Amino acid sequence: MIVNRMSFFIPLGTFLVILGIGYVGFSLDDRKQLPSALLDKPFPEFSANSLLDPELRIRRQDLLGKPTLVNVWATWCPTCLSEHDQLMDIAGMTEIRMVGINYKDDVEKAQRWLAQYGNPFDLVIRDERGLLGVELGVYGAPETFLLDAQGNIVYKRVGDVNPRIWRDELLPRFRLLEVEMVSRDEAS
Amino acid sequence: MNPKRKQRLYLTIFLFVVASATTALLILVSGENMNMFYPPIDVASGKVPADRQIRAGGMVLENSVDRQPDSLAVRFVLTDYQGSFFEVSYVGILPDLFREGQGILVEGKLDAAGTFQAERVLAKHDENYMPPELMDLQQGPGSTASASEFGTPL
Amino acid sequence: MIPELGHFSLALAGALSLGAGILGLWGYGHAQLQRSTQSMVVGQFVFVAAAFAALMHAFLTDDFSVAYVANHSNSLLPWYYKASAVWGGHEGSFLLWILIMSVWMAVFCGLSSQYPRPFAARVLGVLSLLNLGFICFSLLTSNPFLRLIPMTPLDGADLNPLLQDFGLIVHPPLLYTGYVGLAVPFAFAIAALLQGRVDATWARWARPWTNMSWAFLTAGITLGSWWAYYELGWGGWWFWDPVENASFMPWLAATALIHSLSVTEKRGTFKSWTLLLAITAFSFSLLGAFIVRSGVLTSVHAFAVDPERGMFILIFLALVVGASLLLYALRGSQQYVRVGYSALSRELFMLLNNLVMIISLAVVLWGTLAPIGYEAMTGDRISIGAPFFNLFFVPLGLSLLVLLAVLPRLNWKRTRTQALKTLWLFGAVAGLVAVSAWYLLDPASLGVVAAIGLGFWVILAQLSDLLKRVVKRASMPAAYIGMTLAHFGFAIGCIGIAVTATQSEELDVRMVPQQSVALGSQKVTFLGAIDVEGPNYVARQGIFVVESGDKSYELRAEKRQYLAGGNVMTEAAIRPGLFGDTYISMGESLGQGAWAIRLQYKPLVRWVWLGALLMALGGMLAALDKRYQRVRATPSVPVSPLEEPKVMG
Repeated sequence: MIVNRMSFFIPLGTFLVILGIGYVGFSLDDRKQLPSALLDKPFPEFSANSLLDPELRIRRQDLLGKPTLVNVWATWCPTCLSEHDQLMDIAGMTEIRMVGINYKDDVEKAQRWLAQYGNPFDLVIRDERGLLGVELGVYGAPETFLLDAQGNIVYKRVGDVNPRIWRDELLPRFRLLEVEMVSRDEAS
Repeated sequence: MNPKRKQRLYLTIFLFVVASATTALLILVSGENMNMFYPPIDVASGKVPADRQIRAGGMVLENSVDRQPDSLAVRFVLTDYQGSFFEVSYVGILPDLFREGQGILVEGKLDAAGTFQAERVLAKHDENYMPPELMDLQQGPGSTASASEFGTPL
Repeated sequence: MIPELGHFSLALAGALSLGAGILGLWGYGHAQLQRSTQSMVVGQFVFVAAAFAALMHAFLTDDFSVAYVANHSNSLLPWYYKASAVWGGHEGSFLLWILIMSVWMAVFCGLSSQYPRPFAARVLGVLSLLNLGFICFSLLTSNPFLRLIPMTPLDGADLNPLLQDFGLIVHPPLLYTGYVGLAVPFAFAIAALLQGRVDATWARWARPWTNMSWAFLTAGITLGSWWAYYELGWGGWWFWDPVENASFMPWLAATALIHSLSVTEKRGTFKSWTLLLAITAFSFSLLGAFIVRSGVLTSVHAFAVDPERGMFILIFLALVVGASLLLYALRGSQQYVRVGYSALSRELFMLLNNLVMIISLAVVLWGTLAPIGYEAMTGDRISIGAPFFNLFFVPLGLSLLVLLAVLPRLNWKRTRTQALKTLWLFGAVAGLVAVSAWYLLDPASLGVVAAIGLGFWVILAQLSDLLKRVVKRASMPAAYIGMTLAHFGFAIGCIGIAVTATQSEELDVRMVPQQSVALGSQKVTFLGAIDVEGPNYVARQGIFVVESGDKSYELRAEKRQYLAGGNVMTEAAIRPGLFGDTYISMGESLGQGAWAIRLQYKPLVRWVWLGALLMALGGMLAALDKRYQRVRATPSVPVSPLEEPKVMG
């Protein structure tokens, strides 16, 4: 009868094994949240041309002095288009400095793209060969970095900026960095 | 042993045999039916066994899609945008979300010439879906196409 | 203001469920306390319904300041899609889950006078604690009432066009009713383990609830399969996708439970096994929720990937299932009885049925979890495809058909071999059908011929049993009719699956206007594509004429582009028929008016769903049997002598 009683523990044991597998599979999921090597480090030094004004060189100093949102985008990236409205909203409704990095892209196409869909950026960096992208550890477009006024990277998002990311990730950090909000009446 | 005990013994043995046979079969069969997934760097560097059913994935390289004018044969290049790429040959209908720059999963075999002969091409299903294998390649949900690609209605 | 009221109602419902859980489980013996359990359960229902109504109101009035509404609706949507968009995403569909849970609880409350009061109180207590877990999950990780302030969008992001469809309006509520309904037999099992008594009467109480939720689950899965068939646009109706598997696993366990419960009711045996199945079936419901929501297995139907939610569900799952299996391990052995039966008896066949179900369950579970386990061990990703599942399910399905053909002739306890005589006659007839199928079908394989032959055998055996009862003027309770209907449906479904899986025609072709292509015995002509405009999309519509014998008809397939999200969708053109569907879908435009077109003829594909719907109908009919409605009367079924005598409250 002892064996018999023990057999009633078999389901529990099986369940614990499955749960273990589930837990491992689940923690693997965390690998997708790639830690950026640059998180909490200063944004790298660079000097690059502006996309819209060939005369202008943009340097790291230009990103200092107030909180800045750096967005890596390209015209070949469909996700960039889908997050574009969200970026336009952010640009319109907050006082943050928006900087775009046009990544591995055709300059003319990129200029046309901004003309067609609107330009949320205060500055657009030209990175045709993806050199700045390499320094930033960019995996693919779009990626978004949030810098504080001293030029340190405080947040990195790989993938699109959607309303949920805005609500849960960006907005609370904007508040921490004390970014001014434009009130709705002014914006519209 | 009384008959009831005997019956019970037979039943236990029967269940035990069935359970172990099922387990053995499960492991054996899933070994034969599982498709390994390879990113472009593995395909390009020859790590992939030829003539074995596999899955591979990557982003469709811009301007690489080449359709035959009179059939459904198509060739395109998949890349990881990190310097590795391979060519895919496929006959059939491409999924709705097949697009340049889009993450795509192909299922089929690599031939001796290093071309991937795809039997199935899978794209993301909608903006929230990405084949799990591609998660490590390109981050985040890529998405929707521009309206202009489709032609405007009259 | 209304969304905040909804949020508040949900929190109130959570508080009430905590109270009902404590009183129901520990207020034992105090009539007053147990009565308040009931009113608290009714209160839960009222407040959850209010929360749901508040969210519905936000959708119908286009309140885009609510984040969930902004992400899943759009002002252009017709009102009925706005309403069904409530469960078009994660947060809302979970609120629907809670609402359905509360409805089941309220229904149980209404019928609880049928059961002894302590038992009913325990059942309500268990259900309330479960509901508390669901409500906490919603409040803590997936609050549908969150506002987007100050950045209120002017319009919503639109509902995924795949979900703008009649199928989505009905599919989740049905499926969830089935999933959540399995909580009732689960709570019955826990209550029985707590009170330490399981008997035939207990089984009779549990049967209608199990049948009912099984019927809803069946209908929900069927509808999902049908939806995938016409809405995904490529004619597939089952993909062995993890999300489908997630709904299939509780179904298999519940099917086993239904059969095991009938043995427990009629013969007083299989008791501890029945309890285990009741726990298993609901555990797989929860596992299904985990698989769909956690993103552990990203798949075609998966909602947003979110680790926090997954972790909550994993812990909840571990607590609920772990605790109930522990209780089972400690108390289950008390229910163990030994009842003799011979090899040729209903009991044995029920045991074999359960064995087939459990092996099926193991196969699906393995196929779903093995990729995760493999990745955990090696870091490489694999996928397990349809061939794996088919390899197992063809023999498993066929053996179920054999069991089913013999079943109507079998008595409980033992059967004389002569009783099976007519069966061999039917077997011979079915064999003839199978042989002729061998010559008629192309390609003919052993599997499909066996499925047709065995399917006919089952149908004949069931029909003759039915006829015999009619001739003898024997009683025909609803439970019997329901069972026969369900078994009929299973046979029809199997024939449909076998034929459509092996005999379908599929052609991928490049077609220019006026070109004709032969599809089996039909001729399909492509007339060309025109532009059409829908309420919230634009489309290219391909026009086809199909000539079949001397008849001809027109089919219009579409390639749609939705305005709000820019999604592209394939709308297939389907000509349905009892004996086969003609199915046309448009691939991409190849320039100069040419299109890539997929032409399909799918014979007997409707039988798959017809069979499944008969099963669902049978389950519902059986649940409504009069026998289950006066359960407090003394049992009319002889109780096995080995059982301890019992006194009902």
